[in-house]
Amino acid sequence: MALVDRIGEGLERLGGGVILTSVDALVDWSRGQSLWAFPMGTACCAMELIAASFSKFDFDRLGTFPRPDPRHTDVMILAGTITEKMKPAVRRLYDQMPEPKWVVAMGNCTVSGGIFYYDTYSVVRGADQFLPVDVYISGCPPRPEALQDGVLQLRELVRMRSLAPGKRYERELALPRPEDASYSNEDPNPPSAGLEGGDAS
Amino acid sequence: MTQDEMTALIARIRTHNADLYPLFSLEFGDAVVGVAPEELSSTACDLREAGFDRLTMVTAVDRGETFELVYRLHSRSLTASIFVKTVVRRDDPHIASVYDVWPAANWQEREVFDLFGIVFDGHPDLRRILMPYDYEGHPLRRDFEHPNIIRRPDYI
Ligand code: SF4
Repeated sequence: MALVDRIGEGLERLGGGVILTSVDALVDWSRGQSLWAFPMGTACCAMELIAASFSKFDFDRLGTFPRPDPRHTDVMILAGTITEKMKPAVRRLYDQMPEPKWVVAMGNCTVSGGIFYYDTYSVVRGADQFLPVDVYISGCPPRPEALQDGVLQLRELVRMRSLAPGKRYERELALPRPEDASYSNEDPNPPSAGLEGGDAS
Repeated sequence: MTQDEMTALIARIRTHNADLYPLFSLEFGDAVVGVAPEELSSTACDLREAGFDRLTMVTAVDRGETFELVYRLHSRSLTASIFVKTVVRRDDPHIASVYDVWPAANWQEREVFDLFGIVFDGHPDLRRILMPYDYEGHPLRRDFEHPNIIRRPDYI
């Protein structure tokens, strides 16, 4: 991506906006398709992160693949309580990731400190105190589906960012929510009236 | 190991170190033997010779004026466990390290040092282990205060 970024900057200097429109669309699309993850598992949430990668929930099909090396990855998934002692290590691993990079805060501990918010001397109250977090996923721990939903949201965020520095696309951010009019929770095939406890007498 | 054998063992240790604390019970399963702080090293050697080859745990309790140190030992040959307790004064928290007897004491004693501020004389590498090296204070002391702590309000 770094090379593509440089091309983007060069074109921007030359005023090559026309060429960028089509290159942009392709690059942004492909960026979003394969967000390799750095699994920063520091506590119990890591179990759900692991479960999300294995066959039942199968994170690979969304293009998100856990890599043990921060230099191979695009997104850091913070799964677990971050202690004061761990904070410099997390920051260092984040700094080793190549640009562009994103951070997903998974679980209440990384969102706000969670159950360790009060009366504790060793826990960082939220990863956003020292990292720029893009997506917050609540839950203690969140289900693997919630994590995958969070990564899908992040994918939309990624596609909004253009190659040209500082430029953003206007896109629909959120995936369909239950309250959206186009999405209905009603059963499309309601059980027929005849089956519903017909009164024989 | 039966209770009688354990009682006999503790009696042997008691005769060896005349000045034992009267803290000794078999009530809750494992034996508890209390020793004076200056006798901890010799008791540790005796227990090691008696077959307690494994140090499972070192911890401390804040009792106000004193800290109570708790060592839990296990013996694979005797299949028995025993607690050794001792006290140190709060204004002078020094105790001999048992690292020479059980090397497992290394990190355990570092943890007690980190969280209670008890200094283990003779420890090879007494640094903080759970908190950052530059942290101020010892969090498990009852009078510990830190500006970073948010107290839980009553209504929660
Ligand atoms: S949010 Fe809950 S499950 Fe996740 S790390 Fe914190 S305590 Fe564990």
